[in-house]
Amino acid sequence: MPVFWLALIVLAIAALGFAAGRSRALSAAGGDSRGLHSLPTYYGWNVALKAMVPAFFLLLAWLLIQPFYVNSVVSGMIPDSEIREGSSRSLMMAEVQRTATGLDNAIAEGVMDDAFARDPDADIADVTERLKSSGQIVTSEITRPMLQAAQELRVKSAAGYSIMSIAVIIAAVAGALWGIRESLPDFRARNVVEQGVRMLLIAAASIAILTTVGILLSLVFNTVEFFRLYPAMDFFFGTQWAPSFSGRGGSSELGVLPLLWGTLYISIVALAVAVPIGLFSAIYLSEYASPRVRSVAKPLLEILAGIPTIVYGLFALLTVGPLLVSVFGRDGLNWMQSGTAVMTAGLVMGIMLIPFVSSLSDDIINAVPQAMRDGSYGLGATQSETIRQVVIPAALPGIVGAVLLAASRAIGETMIVVLGAGAAARLSLNPFEAMTTVTAKIVSQLTGDADFASPEALVAFALGMTLFVITLALNIFALYIVRKYREQYE
Amino acid sequence: MDDLRLTERDVTSQDAKIAAKNVQVYYGDTHAIKDVSVEIKDKTVTAFIGPSGCGKSTFLRCLNRMNDTIDICRVEGDIRIDGEDIYDKRIDPVQLRAKVGMVFQKPNPFPKSIYDNIAYGPRIHGLAKNKADLDVIVEKSLRRGAIWDEVKDRLNAPGTGLSGGQQQRLCIARAIATEPEVLLMDEPCSALDPIATAQVEELIDELRENYSVVIVTHSMQQAARVSQKTAFFHLGNLVEYGETGQIFTNPSDPRTESYITGRIG
Ligand SMILES: Nc1ncnc2c1ncn2[C@@H]1O[C@H](COP(=O)(O)OP(=O)(O)O)[C@@H](O)[C@H]1O
Ligand SMILES: [Mg+2]
Repeated sequence: MPVFWLALIVLAIAALGFAAGRSRALSAAGGDSRGLHSLPTYYGWNVALKAMVPAFFLLLAWLLIQPFYVNSVVSGMIPDSEIREGSSRSLMMAEVQRTATGLDNAIAEGVMDDAFARDPDADIADVTERLKSSGQIVTSEITRPMLQAAQELRVKSAAGYSIMSIAVIIAAVAGALWGIRESLPDFRARNVVEQGVRMLLIAAASIAILTTVGILLSLVFNTVEFFRLYPAMDFFFGTQWAPSFSGRGGSSELGVLPLLWGTLYISIVALAVAVPIGLFSAIYLSEYASPRVRSVAKPLLEILAGIPTIVYGLFALLTVGPLLVSVFGRDGLNWMQSGTAVMTAGLVMGIMLIPFVSSLSDDIINAVPQAMRDGSYGLGATQSETIRQVVIPAALPGIVGAVLLAASRAIGETMIVVLGAGAAARLSLNPFEAMTTVTAKIVSQLTGDADFASPEALVAFALGMTLFVITLALNIFALYIVRKYREQYE
Repeated sequence: MDDLRLTERDVTSQDAKIAAKNVQVYYGDTHAIKDVSVEIKDKTVTAFIGPSGCGKSTFLRCLNRMNDTIDICRVEGDIRIDGEDIYDKRIDPVQLRAKVGMVFQKPNPFPKSIYDNIAYGPRIHGLAKNKADLDVIVEKSLRRGAIWDEVKDRLNAPGTGLSGGQQQRLCIARAIATEPEVLLMDEPCSALDPIATAQVEELIDELRENYSVVIVTHSMQQAARVSQKTAFFHLGNLVEYGETGQIFTNPSDPRTESYITGRIG
C-alpha cells in the first residue's frame, strides 16, 4: 500500500476519532459542555493526537529502518566468491538494489509478470534483455546469486511494507480507542492537548537543531578525513593552490591562503561600495525623504535584494567587466588584462549588498526613538547634526551588526565570483587582476568526475569548514559589539 | 528672598517676552488650537493647564517651532518673541530653538556621557572657545540644573544610566547650557516620583530668576506651587489666563471652575 494512502487512512481514523471523542465526552456530560473539564473540541483533539502521533512516528521509523535491515539480511546471501575483483560487498549491494528496482519498474511497464520476476531459475540472459528493453539501467553483468538476492530483496521489502501498513493502522486505531475511552467529563483533555502541542513544537525545533548538527558533523568528519590525506600545515599556510586532477598523477598543492586572500579582498571591495551607499540611502529614506518618495523608493530597493545572484554574475561578466576594461584595460590605463578581476566582482557584489545594508540600517534608524531627535532639535541642532551626533551613534550597534551580516554574505557569495573574478588563485595586491575565492573553488573541486575519496575532492570540506568558522567568528563578534553598546546605553 | 530683589523682579516681569495673537493650529483637517492670544511675561513661570488633548503641548511647540518637524501640522497667526515674528521667513528655526529651550515629558538624554549631553548644545552653537571653556559651561549648567553634586564624579558615565529624576534634571541642565532666554517644559514631572518632582519644582523656581519658563502640567497642585501665571485650555481654546492665585481661588469662567474642582477631566 503506498505510503500516501496509508497516511490518508491514519488521518481518516484520527478524524473519526475526533468526532467520536468529542461526542462521547459531550453525551457523558448529558449534552451540556459546562459539565466537562475542557471544551468538547479538546476531547476530540486528544483522540486525534493519540491516533496520529504514534502511528506517524511508527511509519517514519519503519521507513527509515527497514531498508537497513533488509539490506543487511540480503547482503549475507551473496557469497564472498561472487564479489568481483576490485569491487566490494557494498558496491555489489548497490548493484542488487538497482536490479530489484529494475524488476519493479519492468513489472510496472508490463515487460514481465510478477511470477517471472520471482522465478529464481529464470534465464539470466532473458531477464537482462527484458530489463534493458524496458529502459532499466543494467551496468554490469547480472549473475545468478545477484538475481536471487535482488528477488529476495523485493520479497522481503514487500513483506516488510505490508506488515508496516498493518502495524501503523493498528497503532492508529489503538491510539484512537485509548483516547475515546478517556473521553469522560473529568478527564483533563485541555492539559493533555497542551502537552501534545508542546511536544510537537519541541520536535520541530529539535529537527532544525539536529539537522544543523548533522551538517556540521559531516563537515567535521570529512575535514578530518582530508587532513589525514593532506598535511594541515600545508593547507593553512600553503601559498600555492594547484590541484592536480586525480588519476593523472602528480601531487596537488592545496594551500588555502590565496583563496582566503581572494575572498577577503573581494569582500572588502564589496563592503567599501555597499556600506557608504547603503547607509546614506538608508539615512535619506528614513530622515529626509517625504512619505511619498519613501513609499516608492523603499520597495524599489527591496526589489534589488530579490534579484538572483546569478543575474548579478551575468551583469558582472557582460557589463561591468568590459566597462572596467575599457577604462583600465590596454586601451586605457593598462592595469587590467581581462574583464574578470577582483574589482569587477567586488563592485557588483557591493551593488548586490546595497539593499541589504540599507534596508537593515533603515529599520534600525527608524527604531531610534523620536524623543532623541526631538531633544536634539529642541537644542537648536540642524537635521544633519542630529543625524550625525545623535541618531547614528544611537543606531551604531545595529548598523555594525548589519555591516557584519553583509560581510558574511559577501564571504559566502559564489556566483558573482565565478563569473566576475575568474578562476585563478593568486596572492596579489592588484585589484585589477583575476582572483578567486573559497566558495568558487569549492564548486570547481566538486564538479567534474573527481573521486570523492581523494584529497582534491575532500579539500572542499576543509574549505567549507574554514568558511564556516570565519562566518561564525564574524557573527559572534557582531553579537559582542551589539551587546557591548547595549550595556553602555540602556 | 529680600525685598530689593522682589521689587526688582516685579519691574522686569512687566515686559511681555512672548506675544501670541490669533494663533490657529491644524493637524491636517483637525483644528487643534483655535484663535489663541496670550502674552507671556519675562522672568515668570507660566503654567498651561487643561484636560488631555486640549492642545497644551501643541501650543507650547508653536513657541519654538517644533511643530515644523511634523509634516501635517500647519500654524497660522502671529507669535513674537521680544517683538520679533518667529514665523517670519528670515527666522531660522534652528537658531530660534537655541534661544527657546525645551524639556520634554519623558527624560530623553542622548546615548552619550553626561558631559557630552551637556556639551552637545554649546558645541553645536560654538559657545566655547576651548576645552577649559566648555568644562566651565558644563559645570555651570549642571550646577544650575541642581545635579552637579550627584554627577560630578562620573561625568564620563552614560547619561542614560541615571535615575529618572536625575535624567530629567540632566535634560534641564542640557537645555540651560545653550543659554536660552525662554524654557519650555512639557509635563516635565509626569514620569517622575514625588521626591524627584519636588527637586525639579525647586529647580524651576530658581530658574525663574533668569528665564521665562512655560510649563505644561497635569497637576493643579504643581501649577499652584510653581507658577505665577496660569492659562487654562479647553478643546483648543484658551479659556482663561491670569494670575495663578486668582485662577485657582476665583476663576471667572465656569469651565475653569469645573476643571479646577474636578468636574472636567
Ligand atoms: N502629531 C499629531 N498629529 C495629529 N494630531 C495631533 C498630533 N499631535 C497632537 N494632535 C492632536 O491635537 C490635539 C491636541 O493635542 P496635544 O497638544 O498633544 O494635547 P495636550 O498636550 O493638551 O494633551 C489632540 O486632539 C491631538 O489628537
Ligand atoms: Mg501633551
